[in-house]
Amino acid sequence: MVAFLISTISIGVVFLYGCVGEILTEKSGNLNLGIPGIMSVGAAGGCLGVSLYMGGLSDTADANYFLVILSAVLMSALFSAALGAVYSFLTVSLRCNQNVTGLTVTTFGVGLTTFMMESVVDRSRLSAASTLIKLNLPFAESLGVVGEVFFSHGIFVYLAIVIAIVCGWILNRTRIGLNLRAVGENPAAADAAGINVTRYKYVPTCVGSVIAGLGGMFYIMDRSGGMWGYGVEAIGWLAVALVIFALWRPIVSILGSFVFGALYIAPNYIGGANRELFALLPYVVTVLVLILTSVLNSRETQPPAALGLAYFREER
Amino acid sequence: MEREIALQLKGISKYFGEVVANKDVDLTLYKGEILAVLGENGSGKTTLMNMIAGIYFPDEGQIFVDGEEAVIRSPQDAFRHGIGMIHQHFKLVDVFTAAQNVVLGVREKGRYRLKEVNEKVAAIAGKYGFRIDPEKKIYEMSVSEKQTVEIVKVLYRGADILILDEPTAVLTPQETEQLFDVLRRMRDDGKSIIIITHKLNEVMEISDRVAVLRKGEYVGAVDTSETDENQLTEMMVGKKISLNIERTEPKNPCDRLIVGHLDCRDREGVKKLDDVSFTARAGEILGIAGIAGSGQRELLEAVAGLQHLEGGTITYIDPESGEEVNLRDKTPMQIRELGVRLSFVPEDRLGMGLVGNMDIVDNMMLRSYGKGKSIFLDRKDPKKLAENIIESLEVVTPGLHTPVRRLSGGNVQKVLVGREIASTPTVLMAAYPVRGLDINSSYTIYNLLTKQKENGVAVIFVGEDLDVLIELCDRILVIGSGRVAGIVDGRTAKKEEIGLLMTRSAEPVPADGGAEEAVGEAESAEEMPAEDVGTETAGKDTEDKGGADE
Repeated sequence: MVAFLISTISIGVVFLYGCVGEILTEKSGNLNLGIPGIMSVGAAGGCLGVSLYMGGLSDTADANYFLVILSAVLMSALFSAALGAVYSFLTVSLRCNQNVTGLTVTTFGVGLTTFMMESVVDRSRLSAASTLIKLNLPFAESLGVVGEVFFSHGIFVYLAIVIAIVCGWILNRTRIGLNLRAVGENPAAADAAGINVTRYKYVPTCVGSVIAGLGGMFYIMDRSGGMWGYGVEAIGWLAVALVIFALWRPIVSILGSFVFGALYIAPNYIGGANRELFALLPYVVTVLVLILTSVLNSRETQPPAALGLAYFREER
Repeated sequence: MEREIALQLKGISKYFGEVVANKDVDLTLYKGEILAVLGENGSGKTTLMNMIAGIYFPDEGQIFVDGEEAVIRSPQDAFRHGIGMIHQHFKLVDVFTAAQNVVLGVREKGRYRLKEVNEKVAAIAGKYGFRIDPEKKIYEMSVSEKQTVEIVKVLYRGADILILDEPTAVLTPQETEQLFDVLRRMRDDGKSIIIITHKLNEVMEISDRVAVLRKGEYVGAVDTSETDENQLTEMMVGKKISLNIERTEPKNPCDRLIVGHLDCRDREGVKKLDDVSFTARAGEILGIAGIAGSGQRELLEAVAGLQHLEGGTITYIDPESGEEVNLRDKTPMQIRELGVRLSFVPEDRLGMGLVGNMDIVDNMMLRSYGKGKSIFLDRKDPKKLAENIIESLEVVTPGLHTPVRRLSGGNVQKVLVGREIASTPTVLMAAYPVRGLDINSSYTIYNLLTKQKENGVAVIFVGEDLDVLIELCDRILVIGSGRVAGIVDGRTAKKEEIGLLMTRSAEPVPADGGAEEAVGEAESAEEMPAEDVGTETAGKDTEDKGGADE
């Protein structure tokens, strides 16, 4: 049971990064279906950063905790922001169809990641770096089961929750958030109110990509212990579905991602013949939420009104 | 009186590709005045205003604010110069509250606290006599409330120059009066106001001066007190046109469509039609008046076979055989197969009426693609029809194969009305067919409708301009909150009494009597002498002038 909870939290955090990143993006009116690709690239970027840093050391034991974290975050952010910028350029500046662009970004990102992980990144020292990244809080052991479940994680678990809370606060309590939501709801109104729509689409999309990319990095470098696998893309798609489940609210997404996390790994712990059936659960729950919100028909639970639409001021 | 210049435009031009939207326009706005900008559709009024408000940037020319040259590249720049625009299509975020919309995009110092914003909004509202609830969500608001939010939004930013783009198009007469009161109060407070409108009587009532644009060029400006509607029309169109709609006497009217006790609800379960009964007669125009969203749309769609009904009957009487045909719960295809020639010009032109991305010929084919025996489409006849419509209705289009989406609103409307009339209907239903059209195009449409009526078609016309309804229609059905508030005679009806019927039925609060007698007088239509039409219009004119002198 304890192992299940620990695993739930760590997989949930992957969802949380992806979901909060996508919420931020969607609030600006960009339906970024490139999130799975961006999470993959974020993972590859993080691995590249770590491997470059570790490769320069004579012994893995010399590795500095903060420099490992820094190299992982910086390179992960660089790669996912670049892909987010490509997406923004195509959809905002060139006004391409967002769905097509997003799927292209995903295809490209996944391909690039495979290439990088197989041919560029030196994977030999990743697991050594992973033990550093997973370094838990010093007092975790003294708290018994509670400590084991909640405090035995690496820094990125707590960072995810902080990011989600900060995003929720920005969206609902600040002028920037108000402007951002306005851009996603009605860009023409935002424009007429003097808001720079282009900037308010680019920045959240790129920042959202960085957050999502961190999720991919966390998945490989923390949860998987530095072992490269192909699970990131699938989690990326679930993160996009989770946005609907969370009703576009970062705070709700904290709860949602742990629910999804539990459902996602539950089959491994249940076993038996119905494993595949259980693996469907996250999707079933998303459909149920969709049905529920459309039955309730409240304007507050609907997606941003201009989601998926390009904006052009001089359109006649 | 010493007059200070608030805003001055010099030699402003704007081109959209090949199209000249504005050419060498000069315009002066003085402090503390209401300037009406008048012009036909496509005369470049809105484009010009958008350049002042920072939505477009002029290709040539200069703008001076308070005597200094101003470069306005964005709405933000416009606000900095104290210019605010209230757009024809409201630019509000539906899921935000009024106060949130008001502060949107404002760069103020200090923390963002909604409570303080609410108080400030209430203070502005109090100063000019608005009624507004800062915490109400936009999607819960009526059109007039939304407009109020737009005005407060502009005032909140400290605008001294307000531009209103067709503010009265969506308001009832009473709401228009309220708006005008607010505008006068703002003028007395020293603000300068530019108001764009199509409606000449409103120009006469509210403005101090009138500037006229024609085909993107500045024709001139006159003091409202020294002009009249005829002169303004002449300036606008460039030639004299008669503003009277010729209403002919209905020729042997007979019942064509009998609608009884219709009930209908929308998807949310809100009652949209409640016990609606009326009869549309051949050779007559039946007008439908009401505040927008009172069930007009549902009513027409019900007849056209597009609405699910809870109760009621729709009976069509065949003009040749006199047979009664039941139209209830039939699809449009079934109705056509029954031999009922029903034409419907929906209010949503590019949504329900035409396909925006298809060209004129293809849009003609939407009605006729099923005809012909070969498996290939017959393109010849639709093409002929398209050419015919372009010529007879003077549709301005680069060619037959231009997507209709690219045509201007008036031309789109002409294509749609042209197609519907071409199918020689026996019942013609038109919802707001002149919405957004200029005077010339509007009168073309009115004449088309009158012609159909003379041909013995039962015409149902949903309109918003009460003056037009009174001049055009033989009978007017007033609808309020999905209920028939009354059926009045177009020849004797007064605008005020229709306005009262419209609003009174919308609110449960009983208003004073007076409109009572109007109800049920419909039957006397045939006995009315024709001269009445003329006196009716004349009477209206004098009233309007009286209003302007106040």
